[in-house]
Amino acid sequence: MTKFTVNGREVDLDIDPDTPLLWALRDELRLTGTKFGCGVAQCGACTVMLDGMPRRSCVTPISMVEGSEVTTIEGMEGPEIAAVQAAWEAIDVPQCGWCQSGQIMSATALLQQVSSPTDGDINNAMAGNVCRCATYVRIRQAIHDAAKTLEG
Amino acid sequence: MTAIETSRRGFLAGGAGLMLGLMLPLGRARAQTAAAAAAPFAPNAFIRIGTDDLVTVMIKHLEMGQGPYTGLSTLVAEELDADWAQMRAMGAPADNALYANLFFGMQGTGGSTAIANSFMQMRKAGAAARAMLVAAAAEEWGVPASEITVKAGVVSHAASGKSSGFGALTEAAARQPVPADPPVKDPKDFVLIGSDRPKLDTVAKSTGAAVFTMDVYRDGMLTVVVAHPPKFGATVASFDDKGALAVKGVEMIRQIPSGVAVYATNTYAALKGRDALAVTWDEAGAETRSSDEMFDAYARAVAEGGVTVEEEGDLSALANAAQVLEAEYRFPYLAHAPLEPLDAVIELKEGKAEMWFGSQFPGLDQPTAAAILGVPVTINVLLAGGSFGRRAQASAHIAAEAAEIAKAAGRDGAFKLVWTREDDLKGGYYRPMSLHKLRAGLDAEGNIVGWENIVANQSILAGGPMEAMLKGGPDTTSFEGSSGLPYRFGARRIGWAKMENPVSVLWWRSVGHTHTGYAAETFLDEVLAAAGKDPVQGRLDLLPPEALRERGVIEKVAEISGWTGPTRDGKGYGIAYVKSFGTYVAEVVEVEDRNGLPHVTRVWCAVDCGIPVNPNVIRAQMEGGIGFALGTALHDAITLAPGGEVQQSNFDTYPMLRIAEMPAVEVAIIPSGADPTGVGEPGVPPLAPALGNAWRALTGNKQYQLPFGGAIA
Repeated sequence: MTKFTVNGREVDLDIDPDTPLLWALRDELRLTGTKFGCGVAQCGACTVMLDGMPRRSCVTPISMVEGSEVTTIEGMEGPEIAAVQAAWEAIDVPQCGWCQSGQIMSATALLQQVSSPTDGDINNAMAGNVCRCATYVRIRQAIHDAAKTLEG
Repeated sequence: MTAIETSRRGFLAGGAGLMLGLMLPLGRARAQTAAAAAAPFAPNAFIRIGTDDLVTVMIKHLEMGQGPYTGLSTLVAEELDADWAQMRAMGAPADNALYANLFFGMQGTGGSTAIANSFMQMRKAGAAARAMLVAAAAEEWGVPASEITVKAGVVSHAASGKSSGFGALTEAAARQPVPADPPVKDPKDFVLIGSDRPKLDTVAKSTGAAVFTMDVYRDGMLTVVVAHPPKFGATVASFDDKGALAVKGVEMIRQIPSGVAVYATNTYAALKGRDALAVTWDEAGAETRSSDEMFDAYARAVAEGGVTVEEEGDLSALANAAQVLEAEYRFPYLAHAPLEPLDAVIELKEGKAEMWFGSQFPGLDQPTAAAILGVPVTINVLLAGGSFGRRAQASAHIAAEAAEIAKAAGRDGAFKLVWTREDDLKGGYYRPMSLHKLRAGLDAEGNIVGWENIVANQSILAGGPMEAMLKGGPDTTSFEGSSGLPYRFGARRIGWAKMENPVSVLWWRSVGHTHTGYAAETFLDEVLAAAGKDPVQGRLDLLPPEALRERGVIEKVAEISGWTGPTRDGKGYGIAYVKSFGTYVAEVVEVEDRNGLPHVTRVWCAVDCGIPVNPNVIRAQMEGGIGFALGTALHDAITLAPGGEVQQSNFDTYPMLRIAEMPAVEVAIIPSGADPTGVGEPGVPPLAPALGNAWRALTGNKQYQLPFGGAIA
């Protein structure tokens, strides 16, 4: 049995402890906002928060998250995620949408650490998130817009 | 499947009811579908209006990021005089009779045709619904229909002061005769078409709520992965499933035509089971050549000239020219790599099958699955996490594989077929590798007097179920864009050598233009430079007087980029023009030399796609097409090693463009009253040649093969 917290709820999973957190979230808990893109931490579609820091769930076995707090896109709360999602919606960032949960998780994590990120900060924080539709122009713009919203 | 929320206000204010619907398991989503299907007013196959005033448009084209949910709904809303906030969209189920692509004659999405083929059909559908709502109001209020107006979702009669939303009129509207040929608006009266409109799927895609194929879970469902042959053309000789069956969660192993299928209670068990499977492959019919060896064969074929597919004037002018330039170009196989890997869900129950997946060709996928299973098949078409051509399968191979796993299971049940990233990158269905030979002749004054381009590659359609589309002729998608150039070259000949090998090939975003545009536009630039001509003015001078739209985008992109020539302040500038799928696009690239590799800082794009239905979507597609093309040009090749195995397997060896590599993009849309054409693909082709031209201008290096970053074989 592996015990951890997901979106504030305690879970207790009786599955192979090697199971990547990604598949536990999706197959066992039906939290499907976290996406499978590569399985080898190359694309970032599976990004979740692990004890408050962004983490690629596809290469994180559940044995590693025993006792930890996991937050998925469905459970995100606070001013940063609200500002990021509002900015995403205001300029229609998504195209196919598959990567966007991961993009939004990484962008939110960035704004939690750096209130007014530079383009360089954005390049570094978002380097692990691939958008195959290449919506990067709007991702960058939306992060700047969200930062402005948070400044008030 | 799921109606998509549009109202940002509703969502931000906590429109819990609707978002809840999106996030609930499939049962609730199906109830929503049923509710839309049973809406009180369904004037035609495309429109459902509920008593709650919501208008749901059944979208016959796959939403894979190019915006048909928004675009087709805009066309309906325009003629219906609806308010944009009341519009919803959902994927239409597989039904060739109701939802055919009018250009294909079957239900399918591709070739940047969604808006073009739907433009009048969706407007007529909206106009018919509007006429019935007006007739209903006239009947209820006892006033002449001619005195009734509709604006932003409100039906009004000024003289009596009566007004109503659509919802209250649905019951009466459903009783009205359906007008056969309702009048549509004069384009000057458009309210929605031509202005920016928030996309209908943005909110669901920004919250994790959007439902894609991989997000579908059915009761008792097994996840299935398939061990495919490691070489093209190989087949299963034998397999040992003891190790796989020992994995906890693995339920069964079955051989199917495409390989060996592992069925498990969850995805991880299926993958672990497949790793433990021991398969021996029969490679007697397999492709064992490397990409290099194939290119050698392609070069020999090109040297023989190919079949003539376009000819003008007397090419002996070339032999007598004052100066002759020649170049050979090599383009690798390319994978589409949509970020949602390939997948499909199928449920076999009581002699019927139901499927859920991002089917791009429902018109082929449905009969293919039905033929394999021998039972009726329905397909719920879901959002797709990208395609770029990958899901437009002439062979219907994903629908077929899903049907085969359901059939091989030997019992009723639900099955989710999942391909991993490695399965997709190694699995074929690539943009065909191509080799081009070009020759051009200049007279003493620097005028082009002859142009020859011979192309060697595989046909996408030949040998497949869609071969009939060729009508016995050559596959034009193999050389489109080498043929059909607008420039006055004097004499010209375009040749094509059809190559055959077992590597499966497929349309890749902008198809033939992905390589023909690069070869033609970089070679032309080199020829213009040899003649001492400016890349922009040189192109304009080659256009015939009637080429107004070609001229329009070239002049516009020169204007917005502040074109002064191919170098400025240590940076290179290159232009390229490519017309594809009826849309005219010119792009200018600004490039810097960073440690011997190109870094693109800015791109300017001018696009003429006829009436711009939604400029916001058009700009998005140009931005995305530019990034998609740039990542590919810089990094990507699928190569076969000696022996025939694919050398790339995931994004570590087939790199994607990252945010730091994305240039700033400025898009200018040419105003037009012409019928609209597509935008999903046409932003792609000019980017790589514009980059090649900028790079040659800056460094003197001629890039005769892609990608820039490395060898392709």
